[in-house]
Amino acid sequence: MDLSYSPEERAFEEEVRDFLKTSLPDHIADAVRSGGELTGEIMQEWHRILSAKGWLAITWPKEYGGPGWTPVQRHIFEVECNRFHAPRIVPFGLAMLGPVIQMFGNERQKKEVLPGILSAEDWWCQGYSEPGAGSDLASLKTRADRDGDHYVINGQKTWTTLGQFANKIFCLVRTKFDCKPQEGISFVLVDLDTPGIEMRPIRLIEGGYEVNEVFFTDVRVPVENLVGEENQGWTIAKFLLTHERTNIAGVGISMQALEEVKALARKTRRNGRPLIEDPLFAARIAQVEIDLEAMKITNLRMLYQAQKQGHPGPETSILKIKGTVINQELRDLARRALGPSAAPFPGAVTDGNLALSPPDTANNAARYFNNRKTSIFGGSNEIQRNILTKTMLEL
Amino acid sequence: MNFDLTEDRQMLADTLNRYLADQYGIEARNASAYEAPFHDPTKWAEMSELGIAGALVPEEQGGFGGTGFDITVVFEALGKGLCPEPFLGTLMAARLLGAAGADMDALVSGETRYAVGLGEIDAAYDFENIATTATASGEAHVLNGRKSAVYGGQGADVILVLAKLGDAPAIFSVAATEANIVGYGMIDGGGAAEVLLEDTPATLLLQDAGGAVQDAVNAGRLALCAEAVGAMGATYEALVDYLKTRKQFGRPIGTFQVLQHRTVDLLTEIEQARSITISAAASLEDADATLKIAMAKNLIGRAARLVAEEAIQMHGGIAMTWEYSVSHYGKRLVMLDAQLGDTDQCLSEVMQSYAA
Ligand SMILES: Cc1cc2nc3c(=O)[nH]c(=O)nc-3n(C[C@H](O)[C@H](O)[C@H](O)COP(=O)(O)OP(=O)(O)OC[C@H]3O[C@@H](n4cnc5c(N)ncnc54)[C@H](O)[C@@H]3O)c2cc1C
Repeated sequence: MDLSYSPEERAFEEEVRDFLKTSLPDHIADAVRSGGELTGEIMQEWHRILSAKGWLAITWPKEYGGPGWTPVQRHIFEVECNRFHAPRIVPFGLAMLGPVIQMFGNERQKKEVLPGILSAEDWWCQGYSEPGAGSDLASLKTRADRDGDHYVINGQKTWTTLGQFANKIFCLVRTKFDCKPQEGISFVLVDLDTPGIEMRPIRLIEGGYEVNEVFFTDVRVPVENLVGEENQGWTIAKFLLTHERTNIAGVGISMQALEEVKALARKTRRNGRPLIEDPLFAARIAQVEIDLEAMKITNLRMLYQAQKQGHPGPETSILKIKGTVINQELRDLARRALGPSAAPFPGAVTDGNLALSPPDTANNAARYFNNRKTSIFGGSNEIQRNILTKTMLEL
Repeated sequence: MNFDLTEDRQMLADTLNRYLADQYGIEARNASAYEAPFHDPTKWAEMSELGIAGALVPEEQGGFGGTGFDITVVFEALGKGLCPEPFLGTLMAARLLGAAGADMDALVSGETRYAVGLGEIDAAYDFENIATTATASGEAHVLNGRKSAVYGGQGADVILVLAKLGDAPAIFSVAATEANIVGYGMIDGGGAAEVLLEDTPATLLLQDAGGAVQDAVNAGRLALCAEAVGAMGATYEALVDYLKTRKQFGRPIGTFQVLQHRTVDLLTEIEQARSITISAAASLEDADATLKIAMAKNLIGRAARLVAEEAIQMHGGIAMTWEYSVSHYGKRLVMLDAQLGDTDQCLSEVMQSYAA
């Protein structure tokens, strides 16, 4: 057991810091720091910078053009990126579809799909959920009927994150009907400019626009866009979901959020002293900090284990549950620290001299509400508990 | 002991509930709550005509209510309907004007809209630490300072401002036209304002106003508790409905025991919230009002956050959308904690009572 970084890891940390200092543009860091919605251009600009450095596909092995980092290196990278206010890497192509293609794709798909992800040229979105199929994903109804060398897709996907910036979508579709629901699902790649696709925005609780509904009407997709075998989609979906979960602890984001909360509590005056000297508020911060301290190690332990056994196990559900709760608690504290100054609608008080809160924190209430999503998506925390119950308890 | 509402109050509640359900449903509500002027002046006038403001004012001052239970009946209905009309300002102004023996006809009729500016950026809940000052200027006074997050301040005609006159707290009446008011909408709907006072002329309403301000804060806190009880009830109903109708895995999600237990935990907390609000309402005119009401506001802060977060979670993605009412109820339930003293502020006030 050794928790200290090796000299190589410390050198790597320095390298990451140097890179962020020199390569992360101020306007991008400022946009992230403000906590508001990021534009597609900003996200894409950052992807390209990372891509040029070869640090975009951080979870990919070297043979596919990834940096081949260890879990500790990925952890260092994540923490530093958050500390410097780099945007999060949009995960759909990199963390989800990439591993799927590497595992299930044929040679042609590897050649055609992976480079577009690596170069940030293609923006993928995830077409899993439907209005009637959320937690019960296997009940999905969007169908793909074979017509010669095409599938004809009809149905509706929803909650499609950042679909408005995407040019491609990977979908789970039904290709077989007279069987158990899980056995009739296929995984297909779809160009979003194919005729018959319509995308409509969904406005979220805090007023932001990051998810969409996607409607498919007689959308013709070449059969070669099928990944893996026909009706093997459920296996692929499950594989993808465990990958989706590995970075879900959000340790780097929470470490940064903790610093922000402390800074806010130092700046805010309440009852004639800095809020951080209020024992009740200090206790709230300390409580989360303790949980986060443990979560850093839990996260590394599980990443280490996943590396050793070659794939993430069901215990990554623990990361999802506890990681999201810690992050949500921190967002709650930031909102609380600001008190009534957190209330203005994002952007409502734009004059810097009048702003109720430092510009950095103007979006705190919005972020708190938006972040309620993290315990709902990617398999809700209830579903994660069901997974743990099934796999760990042996009842 | 009797926990029934009087006939008059029951009628007021019914009238108000019916009006809000018929005229001010969630779509109409959202349309006015999030767009300037962040409330609906027509609805304001209609609701005043229904007697809302009158119900918040005692008979001897020109109204027909003004007790703790009048306040809770009105604000529970406003909470249930998620109403963005700024009656909190009316209530708190009525307490201050009443203490000053001032005329309240224009308040009762709804003709004059009042907002009350107590808090500042560095004194959000601890009003004894304000920095705004008043100085005599001939017959009148002028004010200097900045009042922050003044609820309803964006649409008010008159703002009652707390300022230090010498060392003592005093309440001044400021015409909206005289002050620099920067209004804005809030994340949970409704409006507020920054009130910038730069040698702003003001009329002294109350000197040595500590007691009157505490009474106005008590009444305001009580109103917020009742508003939360109404909003929690509506959220709970929406949740239970959804648990019955939303199907996953071939069955209503309400059949999952883990959701059942968490939902009845909410029911328990809402019952507790209702009880402590009743306790607070009964105490409004008593010597221990400040303590009882601080207790209530603390419990409400905890319960309202729990109900909001759990209701959203147990709905799944749908409650994350603007489209669905629960997201708006959830925002209101969480944000009302930040008005007039949050969970921790109220807890520490209760703790201070042990120090005597
Ligand atoms: C902001 C946001 C972004 C998203 N992005 C995407 C995306 O890009 N692509 C995509 O495909 N999807 C996306 N999703 C969808 C997300 O994965 C679903 O919301 C999630 O799977 C839950 O489904 P649901 O919303 O239909 O809730 P439901 O499945 O209807 O669940 C409602 C409630 O019931 C609970 N529940 C359900 N089943 C059980 C059970 N067996 N036991 C106990 N409790 C249960 C749930 O935990 C939840 O609390 C996104 C969602 C959100 C909110």
